[in-house]
Amino acid sequence: MQKVLHINPDKCTGCLQCEMACSYENYQVFAPAKSRIKVFDFHKTGKKVPYTCTQCAEAWCLHACPVQAITVDKNTGAKVVNDATCVGCKVCTIACPFGTVNYVQETGKVQKCDLCEGNPACAEACPTGAITYVDANWTGLGKMADWANKLGNQPSAA
Amino acid sequence: MSWAGKILRVNLTAGTVKSEPLNMQWARDYIGSRGLGTKYLVEEVDATVDPLSADNKIIWATGPLTGTMASTGGRYTVITKGPLTGAIACSNSGGYWGAEFKMAGWDMVIFEGKSAKPVYLYVNDDTAELRDAAHLWGKSVWETEESLKKGLQDPLVRVSSIGKAGENQVLFAAVVNDLHRAAGRSGVGAVMGSKNLKAIAVRGTKGVGNIKNPKAFFTAVAEKKKILAENGVTGQGLPAYGTQVLMNVINEVGALPTRNHRDNQFEGAGDISAEAMVTPRKTDGKKHLVTNQACFGCTIACGRISKLDEGHFTVENKPQYWGANGGLEYEAAWALGAANGVNDLEALQYVNLLCNEEGIDPISFGATVGAVMELHQMGVLTSEQLGIDATFGSAKALAFLAEETVNGRGFGKEIGQGSKRLTAKYGHPELSMSSKGQEFPAYDGRAIQGIGLAYATSNRGGCHLRGYTIASEVLGIPVKTDPLVSEGKPELVKAFQDATAAFDSSGLCIFTTFAWGLPDLAPQLQGACGDEFTTEELAHIGERIWNMERDFNNRAGFTNKDDSLPKRLLEEACKSGPAKGKVNELGAMLPKYYEARGWNGDGTLKAETRKRLGL
Repeated sequence: MQKVLHINPDKCTGCLQCEMACSYENYQVFAPAKSRIKVFDFHKTGKKVPYTCTQCAEAWCLHACPVQAITVDKNTGAKVVNDATCVGCKVCTIACPFGTVNYVQETGKVQKCDLCEGNPACAEACPTGAITYVDANWTGLGKMADWANKLGNQPSAA
Repeated sequence: MSWAGKILRVNLTAGTVKSEPLNMQWARDYIGSRGLGTKYLVEEVDATVDPLSADNKIIWATGPLTGTMASTGGRYTVITKGPLTGAIACSNSGGYWGAEFKMAGWDMVIFEGKSAKPVYLYVNDDTAELRDAAHLWGKSVWETEESLKKGLQDPLVRVSSIGKAGENQVLFAAVVNDLHRAAGRSGVGAVMGSKNLKAIAVRGTKGVGNIKNPKAFFTAVAEKKKILAENGVTGQGLPAYGTQVLMNVINEVGALPTRNHRDNQFEGAGDISAEAMVTPRKTDGKKHLVTNQACFGCTIACGRISKLDEGHFTVENKPQYWGANGGLEYEAAWALGAANGVNDLEALQYVNLLCNEEGIDPISFGATVGAVMELHQMGVLTSEQLGIDATFGSAKALAFLAEETVNGRGFGKEIGQGSKRLTAKYGHPELSMSSKGQEFPAYDGRAIQGIGLAYATSNRGGCHLRGYTIASEVLGIPVKTDPLVSEGKPELVKAFQDATAAFDSSGLCIFTTFAWGLPDLAPQLQGACGDEFTTEELAHIGERIWNMERDFNNRAGFTNKDDSLPKRLLEEACKSGPAKGKVNELGAMLPKYYEARGWNGDGTLKAETRKRLGL
């Protein structure tokens, strides 16, 4: 079974625990600036939206890479950047339609979410369930259940 | 570790910015944030200085847990000698600024002297420099933040700044960060303004590392987060209703000060409560509350984000106030509402936005308006003087006086001096509901005995956050005590004051203490900083911090006579509710409190107390 990060912005409070967990996992510091998941705060509406790589099946970044530095983790399906191969050309950052591959000045490489080898630190750290790690085929299960519950509570049409 | 180990020292007179190592012995003895910042202040500033002179200093300080995954680890404190009280001023804020500053690699920044012209400090990781702020002077907090982000071409920069009120040295001007989080009390913003310092803009990408024992730290942090999540107050009440959950509760126990403390219950409490914020409005069918919001690292998320009714008289034709925005929190809703007898929720939120936009403390402002309305009713202040008919309950008067105050116009200039100076000027000092010149917050000291003692003895003047005995006396945390009984309260107040000082110094939020005690804080600090921070040691440090603050105030000229409450709380009994007939029994509590503290009768520290605490 393949799992994916499933994001429900309605539950996000903007605490940035996910960003700290991500940066600590990868760099052993609490530093949202180094995080591969970002929470966007839209002041005018009060919306907060966590955002990261969705691990496209046909990944633009992977196909664009001229040195095959981005490969698929067989266990998790994550598209993973191999630091030893990456030359920092940034073509993947142009190819990605969503902006979730990013260049890191300090290392001269790109970074993106690699699903922490199947145990994503962000989902573990999220206090509200805004970020969960679920069966890839059933990302809509929660919404379906909510609607099923609503419909089930309606008086019979007859 | 988990301190950055470095501080910034900015001399505004000379225009210099220097890096120096953090005094690690002081860090061990005072932890960080409130305790450590105050230690620097009392060592470097003569207690008798004029707070608004170049001789005063002002410090922004983070704690060792600021910028870590410990829940609520985003706090910072602004410390200075306060212009409202003349006592130590120490105001705590959340939002994101504190963590950003720590992640730039600094524990605190000390400003000394006075700049000849408006400046702001720009901190970008290791580099920090003073920059010209001529283009920002006269701008609001919101405009300043927007302008800095644009000018620095960095939307992720975090800003801590003052609005027009701080520039005009309103004596209860706040320092505001992230649009609507504030180091709100005691006029710290006026000190910033007096130094021609407009803002601190920070970008911190280095992060916070050097956790002493990561395994112990993460284990403790996860365990304590679970306690917060499973607690009724921090896991359900605060995220759903915010601090506003208290409005109806406090009104029911007869402790909601109303119309400048003339009454102790407000007939309009329901209209301005948490419940009202989630009920669709009659006018447009929408709810006031949009969502809750967390500060950095907070797993409670008590913050309120609301939207005003666009057709309300306060904001029609003012679209800048129509978007989602911060508020209302309980203290502001009380001070702007019940304290003036105003039950118009939309008007309160509008005024709350003005407080954030131009940087003033809604508690001191609202309470001062309460005194103004009473003076108006007595015929001492006329409508002509005020520019409006300021009858108790008038939302129009509240909004008008707020606009005048934040813009430094008309009678607003007098309101900006706070209730102590204003009531004295008009011959009725007894009408200032304050201690040491700082206005009381949202709990009646007659109906809740312990909080009255906490107000009278608070080192920063009238304040609920220096010893929140409401937790025990009303909510039963950690144990229920009878709010109407003064016996046992001196010891209770001392315990709350000392524990609070330790929490405030860690970099975490005091709201965690609805679910946590010092035994919950200790393992998190031990994991991050070192084994020496045991529960016992934290209680000891908290007591040391309290006495250090007290000692500064004594040197500034405060005595036992200043540990006082207004005549109204001591002689005019509560008129209704469970506390009917009660006054505050300060006279019975104070000597026992001094005894528990190890102080002399004049309120000074005994030699053995000094020795025991290493002062």
